[in-house]
Order: sequence, then structure tokens, then C-alpha cells
Amino acid sequence: MTTILLNGDPYPIDGQLQLLSLLERLNMRQGRVAVEINREIVPKANYAHTVIKPGDNVEVINFVGGG
Amino acid sequence: MEERNIKDTPLELGGKSFKSRLIVGTGKYKDFAETRAAVEESGAEIVTVAVRRVNITDRGKENLLDYLDPKRYQILPNTAGCFTAEEAIRTCRLAREVGVGDLVKLEVIGDQKTLFPDVSATIEAACVLVKEGFKVMPYITDDPVTCLRLQEIGCVAVMPLAAPIGSGLGIRNPFNLAIIIEQAKVPVIVDAGVGTASDAAVAMELGCDGVLMNTAIAGAKDPIAMARAMKLAVEAGRLAYRAGRIERKLYATASSPLTGLIG
Repeated sequence: MTTILLNGDPYPIDGQLQLLSLLERLNMRQGRVAVEINREIVPKANYAHTVIKPGDNVEVINFVGGG
Repeated sequence: MEERNIKDTPLELGGKSFKSRLIVGTGKYKDFAETRAAVEESGAEIVTVAVRRVNITDRGKENLLDYLDPKRYQILPNTAGCFTAEEAIRTCRLAREVGVGDLVKLEVIGDQKTLFPDVSATIEAACVLVKEGFKVMPYITDDPVTCLRLQEIGCVAVMPLAAPIGSGLGIRNPFNLAIIIEQAKVPVIVDAGVGTASDAAVAMELGCDGVLMNTAIAGAKDPIAMARAMKLAVEAGRLAYRAGRIERKLYATASSPLTGLIG
């Protein structure tokens, strides 16, 4: 078991993890979130073939109430 | 009054047309249901949202967009909380990737206490974002020169503040706003500082193209009723502006004929 940094906190993963699997695991609907890996935005079309590696810094954002 | 006199031109922003000239924020409501009810009552077609990290620990949490359908509302992501051009640019890029279009409300805050904009950082960020194809609506100080610069850069609107964010102090400098409006070739939208309906009406009577507010509605005792009041105020102010108000005079002018008085 290794970890990535997910939204600033350590998050355990088993070896390598497909981004789409991570989003499914987190219950994130497409069209509701955006993802950065190591400060690079991942286009939606690439979710299925983007692999998260141990040590990666992953940010998943969504919209919340704001002015 | 005949229909032709009342019918207004739409508010044009980044190639899209909107009937409502009220833009509302979605922060500070007690829950998403109240947010949706207030937005509906306001008649707004554009709603601002903030960009934040997904809550990883609470996976069942509802999403704001489940309550505000992006097909029905133009979602306007903001860069609230950004203190540098770099943070604001990064936030806009992420927001666009969610897939609600390229209209963004750019705000780069210069001071935590007043939440006044960092003017140079806002201009810097606007330059980059416009080049990347964003349709930028910058929150900015009520400074005519800065508004001109932002217009020249290619922003699709300028959004001078009326008063500090959330202060409810109303239109603090109508004269600067009047100059900004006179010079502008893009829509001028008063953003921040409105406290109650009359403030929104004043902004529209000055000739602003729209008003953006959050706290004035969300913070009211009855947000739904205030949303309605703001809708009416923006419409009334706009119509009064188009109708053309009378000039201010120091002395009275009688409304009734001065002739034919009884002996």
C-alpha cells in the first residue's frame, strides 16, 4: 500500500490507480468535477487512460456556493 | 404604456443574451434547496459559484449543480479567495474543465479585511485569461481608468464594486460609476456592496447594465422575499433609466396649472 496526496491529504492506493476508478470510488459524477495531477489539468477525455502513481499530487475540485 | 416602450434589449455577455439583468451568488444559504428557491425567485439567469476542493470524506454530499441545472442557468465560476494572478488563472482553468463554458468572474483580492481587488494582479490575470479564450468578467475597484484598461484587454464586462463585498453599504460612489458607464463599450455590472432593493435600483438608474449580488439576498431575514425585491428593483431601476428621469432642480415647479384659479 502506498499513498498519493489527494486534495492536500494522504490517500492510500494499491500500486497504480486509474483516474476514472478513483473518481468512481469517490462517487464523483462527470460534469461536476475537474482534476489536476501534479498541477496539470487532466482533460475529461483522458480520465479512462490516466494512471495515478504513488506520490502523485491530485486535486479534485467542484463548484460550491459562492458570490 | 405600450409594449414597445417597455421591451428592453437583452444583456449581452460573451456572445450570449440574457433577459434578466440581475446576477446572483449562491453562497451563504442554509442549504441547496434555499439557494435554488432564492435563485428562482430572483429571476436571475446567471449564477456565480466558487471553485473548491471536493469533500473527500463525505462522499454522499450533494452537489450544487444538482440543484442549479447548468442547462437552465449560466454558471459563472468565480476566483474568490485568490490573492495572486497565478491562483486566479489556475482556478479559472480548473473551472472551465468542469464543462460549464468559458465565462468567468475574475477576482484577485488584495486585502483580507476590505476584500478590495488587487488591481495590477487583476489586470495581469485578465491578460492571460483573455488570451486563453476565457470570457472574463472582472470584479474591480470603481476606478474609471482601470475599467478602461480591462475593456481594452478584452474583458467582456467590467464589474466595479459599489462598496466592500458583503458590506451592504450601497452605491458609495455614483459619480465614478457614471464615468465608468459613459466610457464603457462593454456591459458595466455593479458587483458587491448592495444592501437592499433601493441600492440595486440606484445602480440601474445610473445606467449600469446589471447588478451582481449575493449577501444582500442570502443574508436577508427572508432570502426568498428579498430575491423577489431585488428582481423588481433591478427591473424598476432599468426602466426608470430608459424612461429618462427629470432633471434635479433646487426650487419647486408646480404640477397643476397656474391659470384658472378660483377668484
